[in-house]
Amino acid sequence: MILTIASGKGGTGKTTIATSLALAIADESPLYLDCDVEAPNAHIFLKPTFDQSRAVTLPIPVVDGGRCDGCGRCAEVCQYHAIVVIGAKVLVFPELCHGCGSCTLQCPHTAIEEVPYRLGMLEAGLSKEGIRFARGILDIGQPMAVPIIRALQRWHPFGEMETIIRDAPPGVSCPVVETMSGADFVLLVTEPTPFGLHDLRLAVQLTSELGVPAGVVVNRDGIGDQRVDEYCQSADIPILIRIPFDDRIGRALACGKNLVEAFPEYLPRFRDLYTDICDRIIEREAVR
Amino acid sequence: MKQLVVLSGKGGTGKTSIAAALSHLANDNGGGKSIVLADADVDAANLELILSPRDTKVEEFWGGQIAEIDQRLCAQCGECLLVCRFEAIRETKEGYAVDPISCEGCAACYYVCPSDAISLKEQIAGTWSRSDSPLGPLFHAALRPAQENSGKLVALLKQHARLRALDDDRDLLIVDGPPGIGCPVISAVSGADMALIVVEPSKAGVHDMHRIMETTDHFGVASVVCINKTDLSIEGSEEIEAYCRYKEIQIVGAIPFDSEIPRAMAQGQSVITFRPDGPASRAIRKMWRRIVDLLCGSDE
Repeated sequence: MILTIASGKGGTGKTTIATSLALAIADESPLYLDCDVEAPNAHIFLKPTFDQSRAVTLPIPVVDGGRCDGCGRCAEVCQYHAIVVIGAKVLVFPELCHGCGSCTLQCPHTAIEEVPYRLGMLEAGLSKEGIRFARGILDIGQPMAVPIIRALQRWHPFGEMETIIRDAPPGVSCPVVETMSGADFVLLVTEPTPFGLHDLRLAVQLTSELGVPAGVVVNRDGIGDQRVDEYCQSADIPILIRIPFDDRIGRALACGKNLVEAFPEYLPRFRDLYTDICDRIIEREAVR
Repeated sequence: MKQLVVLSGKGGTGKTSIAAALSHLANDNGGGKSIVLADADVDAANLELILSPRDTKVEEFWGGQIAEIDQRLCAQCGECLLVCRFEAIRETKEGYAVDPISCEGCAACYYVCPSDAISLKEQIAGTWSRSDSPLGPLFHAALRPAQENSGKLVALLKQHARLRALDDDRDLLIVDGPPGIGCPVISAVSGADMALIVVEPSKAGVHDMHRIMETTDHFGVASVVCINKTDLSIEGSEEIEAYCRYKEIQIVGAIPFDSEIPRAMAQGQSVITFRPDGPASRAIRKMWRRIVDLLCGSDE
């Protein structure tokens, strides 16, 4: 089962919810993927011991000056303007390259070779509770998060896993799509404020476009108004758990303590949440 | 005209609330600055929710393209499937088809298809808008969910905002940035005179502050720091102060947690108008004066 924890708005508590859920079902040895490769934080709360790593690279073109006659075909076919021909000189802009290989295929003089270009890295290790943890890290200055997320999801440092929790980046664009696609269920974390509601609507729109069932977590419940509740009711999206707005929770999280570690009374509630999600997935499969 | 970009790395640290509060202060009578605003969080744009925009003019944003296979011309040779590195070509009962979500529009399939069965269709990836607001012209955008090219949309939005600021001879362009450090953030940072980094004194906030500061550094943009919700963790605040001292980065503001901020937001207001004399408003006012000194001091 693949469960993605997402939210349109940042800072609503995705990682808090995802790490709590992972700890609540630690005896099932879930795989936890921190897919927020621009700002990964889950390791702070799960404290894995990293003992595996690998670089994520993209194949980028290198032109053999001896064979190239400056015909410009590579620049003509590149949709990203990552390769430019000026006179007989060919310039490659690695940050713009998507690694599609079209220039290599189209070069009439087979003058292009591809070499790996580093975008970031992957790391994996076990937490003391037995959670299998892996994360991606985008290198500073690199624009593209998607290839890192894709590589993370295909890595399998612990072999094939039954239960996978994916902690998504904020937003609703391509990195989030990559994290949601293939998921059996998406948990959307929101807060009951106008910002939270606005971004929840966008996230719901995305899950329905991808055809993935979704449920909502209302975090910092009581901080704002009733409009998130009203929206969920009208859009027929279940609210699966509520975490009240509480100074003590904020302070515990700020010190790197997990919610269920600081407040063990939440453990059974997260176990119930997990069972609830599993039931919903099974029910949906049965209907199909 | 100066450009200030508000960033954080981690989401939800208060970028938008602070950008809105600074915009109010810019419009205050004493020592005000004329501004243009751009909301560069095109995935989840929130600035418009507290700025009461009006006279909004919406334009389509065409960004990116997707391959399409014409089944009448397709000879089922499968060349497209072989060259696609994004697993966007699928074999279906009706023949080869493109998965629009996986397709990155690279056109590798278009160039190898021997039957000319593939074409590339431009996509409407979202909209961008210009509005009037009581605080100044607002440029905002909405990327359609699941779309790529957020960086391109941010660049376009900022270009229009900049031109407007130059046309009107405004003092300042305030850019409310997206979370993270990737493509839309890089677009938001480019051309900025200063990055205001809003940090929460939590372990996660400090971790991401390092990443965003390395990013602004990488692109040669000077950073200043605002610690938001200072009382969340004393140790966290001290860690930020120590790091900033070491990096010689100025802390321009320290804002205590003030329950009036979420309350103001729930009303669709900025804390500056909602509770002008509250602790958060006082701290933000002090910070605004420092930012103005740093950014515009040399012109006056």
